[in-house]
Amino acid sequence: MTKYVIRRLLQMIPVLIGATFLIFAMVFALPGDPTANKCGERPCPAEYVKKFEEEHNLNDPLPIQYAKYMGKLAKGDFGTSFREIPVKDELSERYVVTAKLATIAILFETVLGIFAGVLAGIRKGKFIDNLVLLSTLFVISIPIFVIGYVAQFLLGVKWRIFPVTVNANATGLDSWWQLLLPGLVLGSVSVAYVARLTRTNLVENLRADYVRTAKAKGLTTSRTIGLHALRNSLIPVVTFIGADFGALLGGAIVTEQIFNIQGVGGYIFSGIHNRDGVVVVGAVTVLILVYLLVNLLVDILYGVLDPRISHD
Amino acid sequence: MTNAAISATADPSLDAGEPAGEAHSLTSDAWRLLRRRPIFWVSAGLILLFLLMAIAPGLFTNTSPTAAVLKESRATPSTENWFGRDVQGYDIYARTIYGARASIMVGVLATLFTTLLGALLGIVAGFAGGWVDTLISRITDVFFAIPLLLGGILFMSTFQSDVNTSYFVIVMKVVLVLALLGWPSITRLMRSSVLQVKPNDYVQAARALGASPWRIIRQHILPNAMAPVIVVSTINLGVYIAVEATLSYLGIGLTPPAISWGVAISAAQSGLRSAPHMLLFPAMFLSLAVLAFIMLGDAVRDAFDPKTR
Repeated sequence: MTKYVIRRLLQMIPVLIGATFLIFAMVFALPGDPTANKCGERPCPAEYVKKFEEEHNLNDPLPIQYAKYMGKLAKGDFGTSFREIPVKDELSERYVVTAKLATIAILFETVLGIFAGVLAGIRKGKFIDNLVLLSTLFVISIPIFVIGYVAQFLLGVKWRIFPVTVNANATGLDSWWQLLLPGLVLGSVSVAYVARLTRTNLVENLRADYVRTAKAKGLTTSRTIGLHALRNSLIPVVTFIGADFGALLGGAIVTEQIFNIQGVGGYIFSGIHNRDGVVVVGAVTVLILVYLLVNLLVDILYGVLDPRISHD
Repeated sequence: MTNAAISATADPSLDAGEPAGEAHSLTSDAWRLLRRRPIFWVSAGLILLFLLMAIAPGLFTNTSPTAAVLKESRATPSTENWFGRDVQGYDIYARTIYGARASIMVGVLATLFTTLLGALLGIVAGFAGGWVDTLISRITDVFFAIPLLLGGILFMSTFQSDVNTSYFVIVMKVVLVLALLGWPSITRLMRSSVLQVKPNDYVQAARALGASPWRIIRQHILPNAMAPVIVVSTINLGVYIAVEATLSYLGIGLTPPAISWGVAISAAQSGLRSAPHMLLFPAMFLSLAVLAFIMLGDAVRDAFDPKTR
């Protein structure tokens, strides 16, 4: 097991380097003068530009820039944004917010998605099955920003059930409560996918011989489905949720903008907008790292769900 | 030869699961099944309608999408203007019809490119194996780790457009970024399909008979490994349409002089409280287009998957 994890961690390194280099190249190929508008109306003095370029290694060729940046990153130095705020501080603050948002979304899609999928799967072809299939199709086809607007408008503005936007200063339970609606919006599309995936796999497994055996042994229906069929149906679902993590963090850009959430998505978006390369690369690197680690966790989970899969 | 002849005359229930001879190939079986599904005809009809809308919007409306009647800004739907007017006083029906072109173009072209590139790399990786496979798979991992929307935003702001950039160039940029970030999923799928087909006896037989690799791929591997890729590509077409709209919504895809559903939805957000019809119609068309492709993909998958029969 330990060997497997170490091997996977080592395999992650080239992927991480490749992906971050792509991002780095794209960010620093961004057109425009990074010192523009930094000194008010007038252009920046030559000494300042020189110091700025020195500080950000802007005069080196791209691969060297990248190597220098990564060297600093490996030591935990994320650099400072063009607003002179250390990226590390702001990032750690914003990751807490986005992590909360993602937690709500993942919990929502896992619990409701699997529940709806099981409900549809055990009553294949009946009313509830068609209802789940139809409603999930409906949700999948609506883009997330439309869902966000409509939810914000109806539940927030019109019926006043949820807060309309998110207050960055809220603490404790309040900070969770106001992130609830954005989290549900963020997870809505994935709920539909999880439900359909669970249903398809459950239907397939319910026809398997081992389910008949379990029934023949006299196991109750709930035990047959819960312990035997469902557990075997969950592997593709867990794979999806892991792969979805990246899309979720990307999709958070839209959700965070609609609900005015001070999270990583908005940070990256404004970073791109302000041509603040240090911010973008730092935030995206952490994002990709989190994504890769989550997928490693998913692969380890396979062994828990299906003991036949061994990592030794 | 004789085997096929015997099984054709034998009791059909004996070889129900096996495609026997030309008349019962997987494709023809799938097609017969597909023909009976209403959902297939509904989605195919919708797709044809949207394609027609994209090619010849003039067939659906005589109103110009750029004729602004400012005094009727935000007018609600009426017999005159079926979908009402937007903030600028444009006829929303005409704009929605003309907006189909951008979405359909992005969806079709992006799917075409991702499928071609993804399938090609997947076949090469799966068929060649060895270090070629390792190299392609690692590159796939790298691109797979970058979220589609995030990469799209980065790419579109790196290669920024301005007011003078033509409509077609912006559309091609969106297509390019979707192709660049979308191929890994197809490659992975194609590679695993090829790996499943490769050890089959008929492939070994063809090789033993001296068939060239190109012939083996074309005649034996591709027809048997193509089905999952076609299904996922169809579904992806819907996804790409949604991503294009999202990029336009964020203001970095198509921008206002251009007409597209994403641009219309983005413009509608300011007046959502007083004029929700501005959001409703473009969003409805967008969702219908996405839905049509996902439904078609679903129907085709059910037809091709022997397990769901």
